[in-house]
Amino acid sequence: MRPAPFAYERVESVEEMLEALARADGEGAAVLLAGGQSLIPRLNARLVRPRRVIDIDGIAALDHLELDQELRVGALCRHWRLEEATSLDGPWAALREAAAHVGLHPVRTRGTFGGSLAHANPAAELPLAAVTYGAEIELRSRAGQRRVAAEEFFRGPHRTALGPGEAIVGARFPSPKPDGVSAFAEVSRRVVGWPLAAVCVVLHAAEGVIQGARVGLGAVGPAPRRAIEAERLLEGSALESSAIDAAAVAAARACAPAVADGVDEDTRRDMVEALVRRTLAGLAGAVW
Amino acid sequence: MDVLRTEFTLNDMPIEVTLPVRATLADAIRSTGATGTRVGCEEGICGSCTVLLDGRPARACLMLAAQARGREIRTVEGLAAGGRLHPVQESFRRHRALQCGYCTPGFMMLAVGLLEREPNASPERVRAVLASNLCRCTGYAPIVDAVLAAQQALAGEVI
Repeated sequence: MRPAPFAYERVESVEEMLEALARADGEGAAVLLAGGQSLIPRLNARLVRPRRVIDIDGIAALDHLELDQELRVGALCRHWRLEEATSLDGPWAALREAAAHVGLHPVRTRGTFGGSLAHANPAAELPLAAVTYGAEIELRSRAGQRRVAAEEFFRGPHRTALGPGEAIVGARFPSPKPDGVSAFAEVSRRVVGWPLAAVCVVLHAAEGVIQGARVGLGAVGPAPRRAIEAERLLEGSALESSAIDAAAVAAARACAPAVADGVDEDTRRDMVEALVRRTLAGLAGAVW
Repeated sequence: MDVLRTEFTLNDMPIEVTLPVRATLADAIRSTGATGTRVGCEEGICGSCTVLLDGRPARACLMLAAQARGREIRTVEGLAAGGRLHPVQESFRRHRALQCGYCTPGFMMLAVGLLEREPNASPERVRAVLASNLCRCTGYAPIVDAVLAAQQALAGEVI
Protein backbone atom coordinates (compact mmCIF):
# COMPACT_ATOMS: atom_id res chain seq x y z
CA MET A 1 0.00 0.00 0.00
CA ARG A 2 1.31 3.41 -0.92
CA PRO A 3 -0.35 6.79 -0.65
CA ALA A 4 -1.68 8.47 -3.76
CA PRO A 5 0.98 10.88 -5.04
CA PHE A 6 1.27 14.17 -3.18
CA ALA A 7 3.49 17.20 -3.13
CA TYR A 8 5.68 17.29 -0.03
CA GLU A 9 6.73 20.38 1.88
CA ARG A 10 8.74 20.49 5.08
CA VAL A 11 8.35 23.50 7.37
CA GLU A 12 10.64 24.44 10.25
CA SER A 13 8.64 27.08 12.13
CA VAL A 14 5.07 27.90 13.14
CA GLU A 15 5.09 30.88 10.78
CA GLU A 16 6.17 28.71 7.85
CA MET A 17 3.48 26.18 8.75
CA LEU A 18 0.75 28.84 8.76
CA GLU A 19 2.03 30.29 5.47
CA ALA A 20 2.04 26.87 3.87
CA LEU A 21 -1.47 26.15 5.18
CA ALA A 22 -2.79 29.46 3.90
CA ARG A 23 -1.20 28.91 0.51
CA ALA A 24 -2.51 25.37 0.24
CA ASP A 25 -5.98 26.37 1.30
CA GLY A 26 -6.98 27.30 -2.22
CA GLU A 27 -5.98 23.89 -3.57
CA GLY A 28 -7.93 22.14 -0.82
CA ALA A 29 -6.89 18.81 0.60
CA ALA A 30 -3.61 19.77 2.23
CA VAL A 31 -2.82 17.93 5.45
CA LEU A 32 -0.39 18.54 8.27
CA LEU A 33 1.87 15.57 8.96
CA ALA A 34 3.40 15.35 12.43
CA GLY A 35 4.22 11.95 13.97
CA GLY A 36 2.09 10.26 11.31
CA GLN A 37 0.88 7.40 13.52
CA SER A 38 -2.73 7.91 12.45
CA LEU A 39 -2.25 9.87 9.25
CA ILE A 40 0.21 7.58 7.47
CA PRO A 41 -2.02 4.48 7.73
CA ARG A 42 -4.88 6.61 6.39
CA LEU A 43 -2.68 7.87 3.54
CA ASN A 44 -1.52 4.31 2.77
CA ALA A 45 -5.10 3.05 2.65
CA ARG A 46 -5.96 6.11 0.54
CA LEU A 47 -8.71 7.07 2.97
CA VAL A 48 -7.25 10.55 2.56
CA ARG A 49 -5.73 11.72 -0.72
CA PRO A 50 -4.27 15.16 -0.08
CA ARG A 51 -2.61 17.01 -2.90
CA ARG A 52 -0.08 18.40 -0.48
CA VAL A 53 1.49 17.08 2.71
CA ILE A 54 2.96 19.74 4.98
CA ASP A 55 5.49 18.07 7.28
CA ILE A 56 5.56 19.83 10.65
CA ASP A 57 7.40 17.01 12.45
CA GLY A 58 10.57 19.09 12.87
CA ILE A 59 9.15 22.32 14.32
CA ALA A 60 11.21 22.37 17.52
CA ALA A 61 9.20 25.23 19.04
CA LEU A 62 6.11 23.00 19.28
CA ASP A 63 7.86 20.13 21.04
CA HIS A 64 7.58 21.10 24.70
CA LEU A 65 6.01 20.15 28.01
CA GLU A 66 5.97 22.76 30.80
CA LEU A 67 4.45 22.45 34.25
CA ASP A 68 4.22 25.36 36.68
CA GLN A 69 0.92 26.94 37.76
CA GLU A 70 -0.64 25.32 34.72
CA LEU A 71 0.46 22.62 32.31
CA ARG A 72 1.33 23.56 28.75
CA VAL A 73 1.67 20.80 26.21
CA GLY A 74 3.07 21.59 22.77
CA ALA A 75 1.39 20.14 19.71
CA LEU A 76 4.50 18.08 18.92
CA CYS A 77 5.02 16.71 22.42
CA ARG A 78 5.47 12.96 21.90
CA HIS A 79 3.34 10.59 23.94
CA TRP A 80 6.41 9.04 25.59
CA ARG A 81 7.30 12.39 27.15
CA LEU A 82 3.97 12.58 28.95
CA GLU A 83 4.21 8.88 29.80
CA GLU A 84 7.66 9.30 31.37
CA ALA A 85 7.06 12.68 33.07
CA THR A 86 7.38 11.70 36.73
CA SER A 87 6.41 15.26 37.73
CA LEU A 88 2.89 14.42 36.53
CA ASP A 89 1.63 12.85 39.73
CA GLY A 90 -1.28 13.44 42.12
CA PRO A 91 -3.79 15.58 40.28
CA TRP A 92 -1.89 15.02 36.99
CA ALA A 93 -1.46 11.26 37.30
CA ALA A 94 -4.49 10.53 35.13
CA LEU A 95 -3.03 12.51 32.23
CA ARG A 96 0.19 10.56 32.43
CA GLU A 97 -1.73 7.29 32.64
CA ALA A 98 -3.87 8.32 29.66
CA ALA A 99 -0.71 8.94 27.60
CA ALA A 100 0.65 5.53 28.62
CA HIS A 101 -2.46 3.92 27.09
CA VAL A 102 -2.14 5.55 23.66
CA GLY A 103 -1.56 3.07 20.85
CA LEU A 104 1.51 0.86 21.28
CA HIS A 105 4.94 1.43 22.80
CA PRO A 106 6.63 2.17 19.41
CA VAL A 107 3.70 4.39 18.38
CA ARG A 108 4.30 6.52 21.48
CA THR A 109 7.84 7.19 20.23
CA ARG A 110 6.44 9.14 17.29
CA GLY A 111 2.83 10.04 18.00
CA THR A 112 2.14 13.63 19.03
CA PHE A 113 -0.27 15.31 21.41
CA GLY A 114 -1.58 17.69 18.74
CA GLY A 115 -1.93 14.85 16.26
CA SER A 116 -4.11 12.90 18.67
CA LEU A 117 -6.34 15.93 19.26
CA ALA A 118 -6.62 16.71 15.55
CA HIS A 119 -7.38 13.10 14.62
CA ALA A 120 -10.23 13.20 17.19
CA ASN A 121 -10.91 9.50 17.40
CA PRO A 122 -13.83 9.20 19.85
CA ALA A 123 -11.94 6.45 21.73
CA ALA A 124 -8.65 8.34 22.00
CA GLU A 125 -7.19 8.81 25.47
CA LEU A 126 -5.65 12.30 25.23
CA PRO A 127 -8.81 14.04 23.96
CA LEU A 128 -10.61 12.44 26.92
CA ALA A 129 -7.98 13.78 29.31
CA ALA A 130 -8.19 17.26 27.70
CA VAL A 131 -11.96 17.34 28.20
CA THR A 132 -11.78 16.03 31.77
CA TYR A 133 -9.12 18.52 32.88
CA GLY A 134 -10.89 21.41 31.16
CA ALA A 135 -7.95 22.10 28.84
CA GLU A 136 -8.02 24.87 26.28
CA ILE A 137 -6.78 23.98 22.82
CA GLU A 138 -4.64 26.72 21.25
CA LEU A 139 -5.22 27.26 17.56
CA ARG A 140 -3.25 29.46 15.19
CA SER A 141 -3.85 30.62 11.67
CA ARG A 142 -2.37 33.41 9.63
CA ALA A 143 -5.32 35.53 10.78
CA GLY A 144 -4.44 35.14 14.45
CA GLN A 145 -4.94 32.82 17.36
CA ARG A 146 -7.80 31.60 19.49
CA ARG A 147 -8.40 29.18 22.33
CA VAL A 148 -11.18 26.66 22.30
CA ALA A 149 -12.32 24.70 25.35
CA ALA A 150 -11.68 21.00 24.78
CA GLU A 151 -15.37 20.29 25.39
CA GLU A 152 -16.22 22.45 22.38
CA PHE A 153 -13.27 21.39 20.27
CA PHE A 154 -14.38 17.78 19.77
CA ARG A 155 -17.50 17.84 17.62
CA GLY A 156 -17.85 14.18 16.73
CA PRO A 157 -15.87 11.28 15.27
CA HIS A 158 -12.86 12.86 13.53
CA ARG A 159 -14.62 16.24 13.62
CA THR A 160 -13.17 19.23 15.45
CA ALA A 161 -13.51 22.98 15.71
CA LEU A 162 -10.42 23.47 13.48
CA GLY A 163 -11.22 25.92 10.70
CA PRO A 164 -9.57 26.32 7.28
CA GLY A 165 -5.96 27.42 7.59
CA GLU A 166 -5.90 26.67 11.32
CA ALA A 167 -3.47 24.42 13.18
CA ILE A 168 -3.21 23.22 16.77
CA VAL A 169 -0.11 24.65 18.44
CA GLY A 170 -0.71 23.26 21.92
CA ALA A 171 -3.01 23.10 24.91
CA ARG A 172 -3.18 24.67 28.35
CA PHE A 173 -4.39 22.61 31.25
CA PRO A 174 -5.49 24.78 34.18
CA SER A 175 -3.93 23.69 37.43
CA PRO A 176 -6.11 21.35 39.46
CA LYS A 177 -6.03 21.88 43.24
CA PRO A 178 -2.54 20.87 44.40
CA ASP A 179 -3.86 18.27 46.83
CA GLY A 180 -6.05 16.76 44.14
CA VAL A 181 -5.97 13.16 43.03
CA SER A 182 -6.74 11.57 39.69
CA ALA A 183 -7.08 8.26 37.92
CA PHE A 184 -7.51 6.87 34.42
CA ALA A 185 -8.71 3.42 33.40
CA GLU A 186 -9.97 1.75 30.26
CA VAL A 187 -11.28 -1.58 29.00
CA SER A 188 -9.94 -2.93 25.74
CA ARG A 189 -9.78 -6.34 24.13
CA ARG A 190 -5.97 -6.33 24.13
CA VAL A 191 -3.45 -4.36 26.17
CA VAL A 192 -2.63 -2.42 23.03
CA GLY A 193 -6.11 -1.96 21.58
CA TRP A 194 -8.50 0.95 21.34
CA PRO A 195 -10.64 1.12 24.46
CA LEU A 196 -14.28 0.00 24.41
CA ALA A 197 -14.76 2.34 27.36
CA ALA A 198 -12.42 4.77 29.14
CA VAL A 199 -12.80 6.86 32.27
CA CYS A 200 -10.73 9.79 33.55
CA VAL A 201 -11.38 11.19 37.05
CA VAL A 202 -9.93 14.23 38.84
CA LEU A 203 -10.99 14.99 42.43
CA HIS A 204 -10.04 17.26 45.25
CA ALA A 205 -11.18 17.01 48.82
CA ALA A 206 -10.99 19.05 52.02
CA GLU A 207 -11.31 17.33 55.40
CA GLY A 208 -12.55 14.19 53.74
CA VAL A 209 -15.29 15.87 51.71
CA ILE A 210 -15.14 16.10 47.91
CA GLN A 211 -15.01 19.76 46.90
CA GLY A 212 -14.64 19.31 43.18
CA ALA A 213 -15.06 16.33 40.88
CA ARG A 214 -14.49 15.84 37.19
CA VAL A 215 -15.51 12.60 35.56
CA GLY A 216 -14.79 12.17 31.84
CA LEU A 217 -16.00 9.33 29.63
CA GLY A 218 -14.31 8.22 26.39
CA ALA A 219 -15.12 5.75 23.59
CA VAL A 220 -18.79 5.63 24.55
CA GLY A 221 -20.14 8.48 22.42
CA PRO A 222 -19.28 10.53 19.33
CA ALA A 223 -16.74 12.54 21.35
CA PRO A 224 -15.32 12.43 24.88
CA ARG A 225 -17.56 14.20 27.38
CA ARG A 226 -18.00 14.78 31.10
CA ALA A 227 -20.61 12.98 33.18
CA ILE A 228 -22.00 16.08 34.87
CA GLU A 229 -24.59 14.27 36.99
CA ALA A 230 -21.94 11.89 38.35
CA GLU A 231 -19.75 14.88 39.23
CA ARG A 232 -22.65 16.55 41.06
CA LEU A 233 -23.34 13.40 43.07
CA LEU A 234 -19.71 13.17 44.16
CA GLU A 235 -19.33 16.79 45.25
CA GLY A 236 -20.16 17.13 48.94
CA SER A 237 -19.83 13.40 49.51
CA ALA A 238 -17.10 11.66 51.48
CA LEU A 239 -16.55 9.25 48.59
CA GLU A 240 -18.32 6.58 50.62
CA SER A 241 -19.46 3.48 48.78
CA SER A 242 -23.02 4.72 48.33
CA ALA A 243 -21.73 7.91 46.67
CA ILE A 244 -19.40 5.88 44.45
CA ASP A 245 -22.29 3.61 43.43
CA ALA A 246 -24.55 6.54 42.65
CA ALA A 247 -21.87 8.25 40.55
CA ALA A 248 -21.06 5.05 38.66
CA VAL A 249 -24.72 4.46 37.79
CA ALA A 250 -25.16 8.11 36.78
CA ALA A 251 -22.09 7.97 34.53
CA ALA A 252 -23.33 4.81 32.83
CA ARG A 253 -26.70 6.44 32.27
CA ALA A 254 -25.05 9.57 30.84
CA CYS A 255 -23.33 7.89 27.91
CA ALA A 256 -24.62 6.77 24.54
CA PRO A 257 -22.26 4.08 23.27
CA ALA A 258 -22.82 2.54 19.85
CA VAL A 259 -22.66 -1.16 19.13
CA ALA A 260 -19.06 -1.71 18.04
CA ASP A 261 -16.67 -4.61 17.76
CA GLY A 262 -19.56 -6.92 18.54
CA VAL A 263 -20.03 -5.34 21.95
CA ASP A 264 -23.53 -4.07 22.58
CA GLU A 265 -24.60 -0.82 24.15
CA ASP A 266 -25.56 -2.28 27.54
CA THR A 267 -22.25 -4.06 27.94
CA ARG A 268 -20.36 -0.86 27.24
CA ARG A 269 -22.51 0.97 29.78
CA ASP A 270 -21.63 -1.76 32.28
CA MET A 271 -17.95 -1.16 31.48
CA VAL A 272 -18.35 2.55 32.23
CA GLU A 273 -20.07 1.78 35.52
CA ALA A 274 -17.34 -0.67 36.52
CA LEU A 275 -14.55 1.73 35.50
CA VAL A 276 -16.04 4.65 37.42
CA ARG A 277 -16.50 2.44 40.47
CA ARG A 278 -12.94 1.11 40.17
CA THR A 279 -11.23 4.49 39.67
CA LEU A 280 -13.18 6.14 42.51
CA ALA A 281 -12.62 3.25 44.90
CA GLY A 282 -8.92 3.43 44.09
CA LEU A 283 -8.88 7.13 44.97
CA ALA A 284 -10.95 6.79 48.15
CA GLY A 285 -7.90 5.92 50.22
CA ALA A 286 -6.12 9.06 49.06
CA VAL A 287 -9.07 11.30 49.91
CA TRP A 288 -9.70 10.07 53.45
CA MET B 1 7.25 11.87 -9.70
CA ASP B 2 8.71 14.03 -6.95
CA VAL B 3 11.85 12.59 -5.44
CA LEU B 4 13.68 13.73 -2.37
CA ARG B 5 17.19 13.24 -1.10
CA THR B 6 17.44 12.31 2.56
CA GLU B 7 20.47 11.75 4.75
CA PHE B 8 20.40 9.81 7.99
CA THR B 9 22.56 7.46 10.02
CA LEU B 10 21.96 3.74 9.61
CA ASN B 11 23.78 1.50 12.09
CA ASP B 12 26.44 4.19 12.68
CA MET B 13 27.03 4.71 8.94
CA PRO B 14 26.02 7.98 7.27
CA ILE B 15 23.80 7.19 4.31
CA GLU B 16 21.97 9.10 1.65
CA VAL B 17 18.93 7.94 -0.30
CA THR B 18 16.97 9.53 -3.12
CA LEU B 19 13.42 8.23 -3.20
CA PRO B 20 9.89 9.29 -4.18
CA VAL B 21 8.40 11.56 -1.51
CA ARG B 22 5.82 8.94 -0.55
CA ALA B 23 8.49 6.33 0.27
CA THR B 24 8.58 5.22 3.89
CA LEU B 25 11.56 4.86 6.20
CA ALA B 26 11.20 1.09 5.72
CA ASP B 27 11.58 1.60 1.94
CA ALA B 28 14.62 3.79 2.53
CA ILE B 29 16.34 1.26 4.78
CA ARG B 30 15.64 -1.65 2.44
CA SER B 31 16.82 0.36 -0.56
CA THR B 32 20.31 0.35 0.96
CA GLY B 33 20.36 -3.46 0.89
CA ALA B 34 19.65 -3.81 4.62
CA THR B 35 16.62 -6.04 4.15
CA GLY B 36 16.51 -7.35 7.72
CA THR B 37 13.79 -4.76 8.38
CA ARG B 38 10.67 -6.62 7.23
CA VAL B 39 7.59 -4.98 5.85
CA GLY B 40 4.36 -6.63 6.93
CA CYS B 41 1.09 -4.76 7.28
CA GLU B 42 2.28 -1.25 6.37
CA GLU B 43 -0.24 0.22 8.78
CA GLY B 44 1.60 0.05 12.09
CA ILE B 45 -0.18 -3.01 13.46
CA CYS B 46 2.23 -5.93 13.02
CA GLY B 47 5.53 -4.41 14.10
CA SER B 48 7.76 -6.45 11.79
CA CYS B 49 9.37 -3.19 10.55
CA THR B 50 10.25 -1.96 14.07
CA VAL B 51 13.61 -0.15 14.18
CA LEU B 52 15.30 2.08 16.75
CA LEU B 53 14.86 5.78 16.06
CA ASP B 54 17.32 7.74 18.20
CA GLY B 55 17.26 4.76 20.57
CA ARG B 56 13.50 4.28 20.81
CA PRO B 57 11.49 1.63 18.99
CA ALA B 58 9.43 3.01 16.11
CA ARG B 59 7.49 1.66 13.14
CA ALA B 60 9.56 2.22 9.98
CA CYS B 61 6.35 1.92 7.90
CA LEU B 62 4.73 4.86 9.72
CA MET B 63 7.36 7.45 8.83
CA LEU B 64 8.13 9.00 5.51
CA ALA B 65 11.74 8.48 4.47
CA ALA B 66 12.06 12.27 4.44
CA GLN B 67 11.16 12.40 8.13
CA ALA B 68 14.29 10.40 9.00
CA ARG B 69 16.51 13.31 7.99
CA GLY B 70 19.33 13.68 10.50
CA ARG B 71 18.06 10.85 12.71
CA GLU B 72 19.94 7.79 13.99
CA ILE B 73 18.40 4.55 12.86
CA ARG B 74 19.41 1.11 14.11
CA THR B 75 18.24 -2.12 12.56
CA VAL B 76 18.84 -5.81 13.16
CA GLU B 77 21.97 -5.59 10.98
CA GLY B 78 23.54 -3.39 13.64
CA LEU B 79 23.09 -5.84 16.53
CA ALA B 80 25.86 -8.41 16.08
CA ALA B 81 29.36 -7.07 16.70
CA GLY B 82 32.79 -8.55 16.11
CA GLY B 83 31.33 -11.80 14.78
CA ARG B 84 29.30 -12.31 17.95
CA LEU B 85 25.54 -12.27 18.17
CA HIS B 86 23.95 -9.63 20.39
CA PRO B 87 22.70 -11.18 23.68
CA VAL B 88 19.11 -10.68 22.48
CA GLN B 89 19.87 -12.56 19.24
CA GLU B 90 21.69 -15.31 21.13
CA SER B 91 18.77 -15.62 23.51
CA PHE B 92 16.21 -15.86 20.69
CA ARG B 93 18.29 -18.70 19.20
CA ARG B 94 18.64 -20.53 22.49
CA HIS B 95 14.96 -20.21 23.39
CA ARG B 96 13.74 -21.09 19.89
CA ALA B 97 11.86 -17.80 19.85
CA LEU B 98 11.29 -17.93 16.13
CA GLN B 99 9.91 -20.28 13.53
CA CYS B 100 9.42 -18.58 10.18
CA GLY B 101 11.48 -15.62 11.39
CA TYR B 102 9.59 -12.88 9.58
CA CYS B 103 8.68 -10.98 12.76
CA THR B 104 12.01 -11.65 14.46
CA PRO B 105 14.01 -8.52 13.55
CA GLY B 106 11.11 -6.32 14.67
CA PHE B 107 10.79 -8.16 17.96
CA MET B 108 14.54 -7.95 18.52
CA MET B 109 14.66 -4.19 17.95
CA LEU B 110 11.63 -3.74 20.22
CA ALA B 111 13.40 -5.78 22.91
CA VAL B 112 16.77 -4.06 22.50
CA GLY B 113 15.11 -0.62 22.69
CA LEU B 114 13.31 -1.61 25.88
CA LEU B 115 16.27 -3.28 27.61
CA GLU B 116 18.67 -0.43 26.80
CA ARG B 117 16.36 2.20 28.23
CA GLU B 118 14.84 0.13 31.03
CA PRO B 119 17.34 -2.55 32.04
CA ASN B 120 15.30 -3.29 35.16
CA ALA B 121 11.94 -3.57 33.42
CA SER B 122 9.63 -5.92 35.30
CA PRO B 123 8.40 -9.10 33.57
CA GLU B 124 4.97 -7.42 33.34
CA ARG B 125 6.51 -4.41 31.64
CA VAL B 126 8.42 -6.66 29.22
CA ARG B 127 5.21 -8.47 28.33
CA ALA B 128 3.28 -5.22 27.90
CA VAL B 129 5.89 -3.82 25.51
CA LEU B 130 6.22 -7.10 23.56
CA ALA B 131 2.44 -6.97 23.05
CA SER B 132 3.18 -4.20 20.51
CA ASN B 133 4.28 -6.74 17.87
CA LEU B 134 2.66 -9.77 16.27
CA CYS B 135 4.08 -13.27 15.81
CA ARG B 136 1.90 -15.86 14.11
CA CYS B 137 4.16 -18.88 14.80
CA THR B 138 5.49 -19.12 18.31
CA GLY B 139 2.60 -18.21 20.57
CA TYR B 140 4.80 -15.55 22.22
CA ALA B 141 5.89 -17.54 25.28
CA PRO B 142 9.36 -18.36 23.85
CA ILE B 143 9.78 -14.71 22.81
CA VAL B 144 8.98 -13.49 26.32
CA ASP B 145 11.33 -16.13 27.75
CA ALA B 146 14.10 -15.09 25.36
CA VAL B 147 13.81 -11.41 26.22
CA LEU B 148 13.72 -12.05 29.99
CA ALA B 149 16.80 -14.28 29.68
CA ALA B 150 18.57 -11.66 27.55
CA GLN B 151 17.81 -9.11 30.27
CA GLN B 152 19.68 -11.33 32.74
CA ALA B 153 22.56 -11.81 30.31
CA LEU B 154 22.86 -8.07 29.69
CA ALA B 155 22.81 -7.38 33.45
CA GLY B 156 25.65 -9.89 33.84
CA GLU B 157 27.67 -8.16 31.14
CA VAL B 158 27.38 -4.80 32.85
CA ILE B 159 28.91 -6.26 36.00
